[in-house]
Amino acid sequence: MLQAKHKTGLVFFPAFDWAISPTHPEREERLLYTQDQVFEEGLLDIEGIIEFKPDIVTVEDVQRVHFCVPDEHHVMTESHLISAGGAKKIGKAVLSGQVERGFALVRPPGHHAMRVVHGARGFCNINIEAIMIEYLRKAYGIRKVAIVDTDCHHGDGTQDIYWHDPNTLFISLHQDGRTLYPGSGFPEDLGGPNAVGTTLNIPLPPFTSEEGFLYAIRNAVLPILSEFKPDIIINSAGQDNHFTDPITNMNFSAQGYAELTSLLKPDIAVLEGGYSIEGALPYVNVGIILAMAGMDFSKVTEPNYDPKRIRQTAEVSRLIEQTCGQVLDNWNNRQTLREQQQDASGFSRETRSIFYDTDNLVETRLETVRNCPDCGGALKIDSSSDKGYHVLAIHIPLHACTNCRETGYQWFESGDLNQYDMVLLQDRTTDKYIKKV
Amino acid sequence: MIIGLDVGGTHTDVVLFGTAGLLKEIKVPTNHSNLFDTVLTGFEKITENINPQDIQRVVLSTTLTTNAIVQDKIPDVGMIVSGGPGIDPENFRTHSNYYCVSGSIDHRGREIRPIDKDEIQSVAARLKAQGIRHVGVVGKFSVRNPIHETKINRIIRDDFEKVFLGHQISGNLNFPRRIATTFLNATVYPIHREFYLAVEKSLRKKGLQVPIHILKADGGTMCFEASLDAPGQTILSGPAASIMGAISFAAPKKETLVLDIGGTTTDMGILLDRVPVLEPLGIQIGRYKTLIRSLKTHSIGLGGDSAVRVVNGRLQIGPDRDGPAMAYGGAVPTPTDALVALNIFKGGDRVRALEGLQTISSKLHIGVEDLARQIFDQACFKILGEARRLVDEINSKPVYTVHELQEGYRVNPENILVLGGPAPYFAEQLKHMSGLGVDVVPKWEVANAIGAALARTTCEVTLFADTEQEIATAPEENFTEMVGKHFSRQDAVNKTFELLRNKALQMGACDEDLEMEVIENLQFNMVRGFYTTGRNLRIKAQVKPGLIHEYKEIAGGLYMNGSPPEQT
Repeated sequence: MLQAKHKTGLVFFPAFDWAISPTHPEREERLLYTQDQVFEEGLLDIEGIIEFKPDIVTVEDVQRVHFCVPDEHHVMTESHLISAGGAKKIGKAVLSGQVERGFALVRPPGHHAMRVVHGARGFCNINIEAIMIEYLRKAYGIRKVAIVDTDCHHGDGTQDIYWHDPNTLFISLHQDGRTLYPGSGFPEDLGGPNAVGTTLNIPLPPFTSEEGFLYAIRNAVLPILSEFKPDIIINSAGQDNHFTDPITNMNFSAQGYAELTSLLKPDIAVLEGGYSIEGALPYVNVGIILAMAGMDFSKVTEPNYDPKRIRQTAEVSRLIEQTCGQVLDNWNNRQTLREQQQDASGFSRETRSIFYDTDNLVETRLETVRNCPDCGGALKIDSSSDKGYHVLAIHIPLHACTNCRETGYQWFESGDLNQYDMVLLQDRTTDKYIKKV
Repeated sequence: MIIGLDVGGTHTDVVLFGTAGLLKEIKVPTNHSNLFDTVLTGFEKITENINPQDIQRVVLSTTLTTNAIVQDKIPDVGMIVSGGPGIDPENFRTHSNYYCVSGSIDHRGREIRPIDKDEIQSVAARLKAQGIRHVGVVGKFSVRNPIHETKINRIIRDDFEKVFLGHQISGNLNFPRRIATTFLNATVYPIHREFYLAVEKSLRKKGLQVPIHILKADGGTMCFEASLDAPGQTILSGPAASIMGAISFAAPKKETLVLDIGGTTTDMGILLDRVPVLEPLGIQIGRYKTLIRSLKTHSIGLGGDSAVRVVNGRLQIGPDRDGPAMAYGGAVPTPTDALVALNIFKGGDRVRALEGLQTISSKLHIGVEDLARQIFDQACFKILGEARRLVDEINSKPVYTVHELQEGYRVNPENILVLGGPAPYFAEQLKHMSGLGVDVVPKWEVANAIGAALARTTCEVTLFADTEQEIATAPEENFTEMVGKHFSRQDAVNKTFELLRNKALQMGACDEDLEMEVIENLQFNMVRGFYTTGRNLRIKAQVKPGLIHEYKEIAGGLYMNGSPPEQT
C-alpha cells in the first residue's frame, strides 16, 4: 500500500469553465491532461495525500495586499477569488497542522500582479501567493516568510509587493529578462532601501537544464534560506521552464522539477505558469506531488525525455556559477548595501512605468518610502494609468514603527481629492483598508 | 410475481411481490458457512403453495463475494499489468502472481512503447504451469486506448478459461483501482459462477425457468449472464437493497437519510428527491479501493444484537455480534435487551434481559434502568454521528468548475427513514435527538428484500471523443468509431445514449425502465499554437437507480395495508 512520508494537502482547481479568451494559453484546457494523469496515477487515493475543496477569498483578503483600481470587482473575476482561495485553503491546512505540506494546483496564476492593480498583466490579476501569505500572517502570527519563485518568468508582481519588506525573502529563478517577458529580475535588483538583500534574482541563460537549476538551488538558494531561517517556505511553482514549453526557451524536466522540490522542501507550493499542457504539465505535476509527499518519483518521465539531448552547454554552466556567486556576495553584503541606499532626506523616491500586456494599458508610478531602521517603512504610491484613474495609495506595513504609522496617516489625511480620484490607506497594523473618494 | 431475496448478517429476508402488493414475507437465519443452503431454504419456503409459472422475476442480493474477499478465501489468479512511466506499478501488487510488463500509452491514448510479445508469452507460460485458469490484464490509460490489453488478450486467451480486461470495468481513470477491480473480478469469478449455476439448477428443478437477476452495489440489477463478466459488481449489495427498499417512502423533492438498523450492522445512505447518492469513483472493500459503481453508503458495526461490554471502564456497543439478545436466549447483553428493559419493545424474556444488564450495571455502579437508557442513547448518538460524517463527506467532494463552486450546493437531510428489525423502537429517540422528521418504512423488517425485488437494471457509459484525432471511443463497450471534425456535443450525447440503451438491454433491462441521464458533459477546445485544432469531449450517462416501472406505484401503496406501528 502506497503511503506518503509527509502528509500532503492538495487543492486541485482546474477552472474548467474559465479562460482569458478561447485560444489564450490560460484557457479551460490547460489542466485537463494534468487532471487525467493525476487521476489515472491514483494520486488522490494515496494514504496521506488529502484533497481539499478551495475556499473563496474575501474582498478583505485581497485588500490586505492590493490596491485595486477603481475597485476589486472591476479587476478580477470569481475564478481569481477561487484560485487565491485554493492557496489560502492549503496555507490554513499546513499551519493548522492538518497536513505537513501542501500544493495548490490552481489557475489562474498570480505572480505578475503587483501591489497596485489596474488590470491584468502576464495572465495575472491578483497575487495569489501574497494574498495567502498575508492571510496566514494575520491568522497564525507567522512573521518570516521565504518565497522561491521557480516560474520561467520573473515574478515581478511578488517582487513588487515585497520590495520593502525585510521579513519576506523573495528569490526568483527565471529565464534571463533580456530574452523573455517581463524583462526584469537582474542580480542588482535587491529590494528597497529598508529591505536590501531580501529580494534576490537569479536570471538563468536560455537552455539551462536540470544541472543548472539544481546547481542554483544547492549553491545559492539553500544556503541563503538556512541563514534567513523563515517560518515557512513558499514555492511559486511555475512549470514553464520545461523543454517542451511553447513560450519559453529552457530545458528543464519533470525529473528536475521533482528533484528541485525535494531539495527545497517547501511547506506550500502554488502553481504559477506552464503552458506545455500535454507534454509537460501532466508529468511535472505528478513529479511535484510525489516529491512533496516524500515518495519515489524516479519513474516519472515524459514520453520524449532524453537527458543527453537537453543537457546545457559548458558556457551556460559557467554563466550560472558566476550569477550565483554574485547573488551570494550581495546577500552577504546586504547590511552595507542597505546603509548606502538610505537617502539623506529621510525618504527614498522612485519613478516607474509598468506595462499591463494582458489588458494593454500603462501605469505610471511615483513611490516614496520612509527610510526606517525599525520596520519596512511607510510607503506612498502615486499611481495613474492611461485608462484614466489617478490614485494615491498608502501602505503601513504589518510591523510598522510608531513614526512610520504616523507618517502613513499624515499622508492619507493630506491626500487631496482634487488631485486624485481616490486616496487609499492599507493599515496592516490594524488590518484596515480605508478609501477616501 | 417477483421474488426478492436479501442475505443479511443475521437473517436472510425473502419476499414475494405481486401486482396486489406484498404477498408473502419470510425470514431464515443466515448460515455464513453455507450460503447456498440458506438461499435454497429461502426459496423453498417462499414458493410453498405457489405455482412456479406465476413467477416472472427473481432478484438476489447475497454476501457471497463480499465474504470471499473479506475472509480472503479466494482462489489464485494471474495479473498482467502494463504501466509505463509514472508511479511504479509494483506498488499496486495484489498478490504473488502479479507481473509488470513493458508497454505504455499516454493520457491521450497514444502508444508510447509497444508491448513485448515474448515477455507476455513467458508470463503466460509461468501462470499456466501453476494451474492458474483466470487472469486479469490491466494497462495504464487503457480506457483511452485499450490496444495493449486487447493484444495481450489475443496472445494468452487460449491458455486460460477466462481473461478479464481492465478497460471493460469502467470508463473512469484510475490505474490502481482498475488493477484492484480486475483482480477482484478474476478472483471471485469461479465462486460466483459456481454458486449461481447451482441456484439456477435448483430453481429449474422446481419449475422456475425465469432469468435470475443479481443486485449490484449501485442499487441496480444485472442478469446472471452479464454478471459473469463483472462478478465484482455484486460486492456489498446489502446496503444498496436497504436504500432501494426505502425509495418509495421518501418525500419527493426532499433530502432523506436512510438508516437500516439490522441485527449486526446499521447501513446508511442518502436520497435526493428519491434518487440515491452514488459513490464518485467506486466502492472500497477491505484494503481494495475499486471502480465498482456503488451507492454512497456507510456501514457501522452497531445493530440490535451488537455485544455490549465495559472496556476500560467505559460502555462499548459492538462492533461485533455474539449471538442473539439475552431476551432471546443469547449470552451477551445487547441494545435489544436495553429496549426490552425500558419496555420500549415488548417481547422476549424481560427477566433475562434485566439479568444480563445487571452484570454490566454493577461494574459501572449505576442502576439497570440508567444503564439501559445509556445503551439506547449511546447507540442512537453513534448512529446519528456517523450519518453526519457521511453527509460531511458528500459535501466535501471537490468540484472543478467556477460555476459548481459558486453554486455551492450542500446536502442537508431534513427527514430520516428507518427500516430493519428494531426500526420502530429507535424512531422516537432518533427524532428526539436529531430534531428531524423520522418515519418508519412500512414492512420495515423485509423492506430491503422488497428493494432488491423491485430494483431496475442500471449501468453507466463513458464516451470520450477527440476530434483532432477524429476518434470517439467507449472502451468499456468495445466501441471505437472514426468521427468527423464536426462531431458535436449533441452527437456525442446521442451516441452515449445509444450505447447505454444497448448495454442496459443486454444486462436485462426493460425499455420502459430506461430512465437515462447525462451525468458528465464536458467539452474543451484543443488549441495548438494559436489555432483551435479540435475538441475534447467527455460524456458520461447512466440509467438512474430506481424501481421497476410497473411496481413503483404498488410499492408506494404499502402504507395502505401496513401502516407504521404504534410508538411508545
